[in-house]
Amino acid sequence: MSAAISITNVGVRLGGHEILRAVSAEISSGEFIGVFGPNGAGKSTLMRCLLGLVPLNGGKLSVFGESAGRANRMIGYMPQTRTHLENTALSARSLVAAAQEGNRWGMPWSTRVSREEVGRVIQLAGAEEYADRPFSVLSGGEKQRILLAQALIGEPRLLILDEPLASLDPRNQKRMIECIAEIKAATGATVLFVAHDINPLISVMDRVMYVAGGSAVIGPADDVISSEALSKLYGTKIRVVRTEGNIFIVIANGNVTESARHD
Amino acid sequence: MIEHIANYLSYEFVRNALVAGSLAAVLGAVVGYFVVIRKVSFAAHALAHIGFTGATGAALFALSPLEGMLAISVLAGITMGATGSRLQYSDQSIGMTLSICMGLGVLFLAFYKGFAGQATAILFGNVFGVSHNQIIQTLFLSVICLGTLLLFSRKLFFASVQPDLAEGRGISLSVLAVVFMMILAVSVSLASQVVGTLLVFTLIIGPAGIASRFCRNFWSGMITSVIIALITVWSGILMACFTSWPPSFCISAIVFSLYSVSGITQRFIIRMKSSALHADQYNRCEHDSVHSR
Repeated sequence: MSAAISITNVGVRLGGHEILRAVSAEISSGEFIGVFGPNGAGKSTLMRCLLGLVPLNGGKLSVFGESAGRANRMIGYMPQTRTHLENTALSARSLVAAAQEGNRWGMPWSTRVSREEVGRVIQLAGAEEYADRPFSVLSGGEKQRILLAQALIGEPRLLILDEPLASLDPRNQKRMIECIAEIKAATGATVLFVAHDINPLISVMDRVMYVAGGSAVIGPADDVISSEALSKLYGTKIRVVRTEGNIFIVIANGNVTESARHD
Repeated sequence: MIEHIANYLSYEFVRNALVAGSLAAVLGAVVGYFVVIRKVSFAAHALAHIGFTGATGAALFALSPLEGMLAISVLAGITMGATGSRLQYSDQSIGMTLSICMGLGVLFLAFYKGFAGQATAILFGNVFGVSHNQIIQTLFLSVICLGTLLLFSRKLFFASVQPDLAEGRGISLSVLAVVFMMILAVSVSLASQVVGTLLVFTLIIGPAGIASRFCRNFWSGMITSVIIALITVWSGILMACFTSWPPSFCISAIVFSLYSVSGITQRFIIRMKSSALHADQYNRCEHDSVHSR
């Protein structure tokens, strides 16, 4: 399998603060990678690096053999910050249509081909039922599906999903994960899935990337989510507790960290 | 009635008012639709007031009020666009800039005593006072603004509804913000001539706000906004002819009434739909529970 993403010794400084240092990872084409770590660890920053939106402070980064920012047409991105359209009746479909070739000049005409593409991604994300209703009246889970549909435009080879499970209840989390797993199976895309809770993703992930303390480790879930590996990453004693198929990450003084917060 | 209208139309100042009003209406409605989606209403309002300073200051530099207004509001628009592509978060600094500009406007008025009458015209507009030259000027600037906007509209719409995603696709949010704020500044100055700086909301926010409450896609929203703006401006001017009340009052009163009615209608629609939805969900739950039994 060829490398989809190659990160070598990447460092990032933002506003004088060191966010990431010496992050390295190789991700193969078609892998499903769960990206975890505490709030503010730099998960979103690392994802934005892959899109070329954050300047690197040393190191090298390539996506499908091209430097960051040059491969964006092959990347489907679901950002963490959500859209603000509370006071308009714009339909979810028109929102997806806006993203379709939204970086071209001229007026937002839609052609038959573009309408078909919009319909295709909405179907793929399982959002047809409410696609023609105003985006502002949709539920949190429905909105997430629409944003997922946007990310699927143009048959991307890499999906960067920044917390697609945010503000979803466990039932909707499960549905969202199933939907993304199905899309991955159908399209063969590489998936980077940023989340807080490891457990619902255990069955679909190929490998795990854990970002903490400005650094990151990547590997099979059993290796990365271990007391030794995480203690080293955090620089403090961490215990990983496995019980009834669920994983809990506990700081030595007894606090349960982010990754188990939804349980 | 029709005889009366024909009679009014025989006056040149009424015809001029209708032409200038229509131009400002179309431009205001199109730009306003983006203002509503981007949630920069306050910035639009502030630009008009900042323009007031330019208009009063222009007299000191032997410029026409419109020239002064264009100069200062375009400058302010560029600054706003460049300092924050997500303007909705910086309303404090817009508010402060707005207040110092209004203060300067008053200072300029004090320096230039003979200007007070014209200040009223700038603040409250006088569409019946628009000259032939001003119409040519308005037409010229409207065409430039609309042309630029249409060239950018696809990118701008995308960046307005999904800024982060647009940035990921290689669109420069700050360049778009600057271009848009420049167009907004010019539109606000032109609309000020018709309804005055204090009532710019009437043309920029009103029709677009009403349209965006009901229209589910870009083009229906845009076209509805333009139609509402044209109808209100025409009927406002005619109402002013019949009543001899100030046209700015007539136009803003009509827009306000439509806006209020649209708000009530929207609530009514939402209530009807949500009760229909609840009934639907209830039926489905019933159905499910019957099956699970």
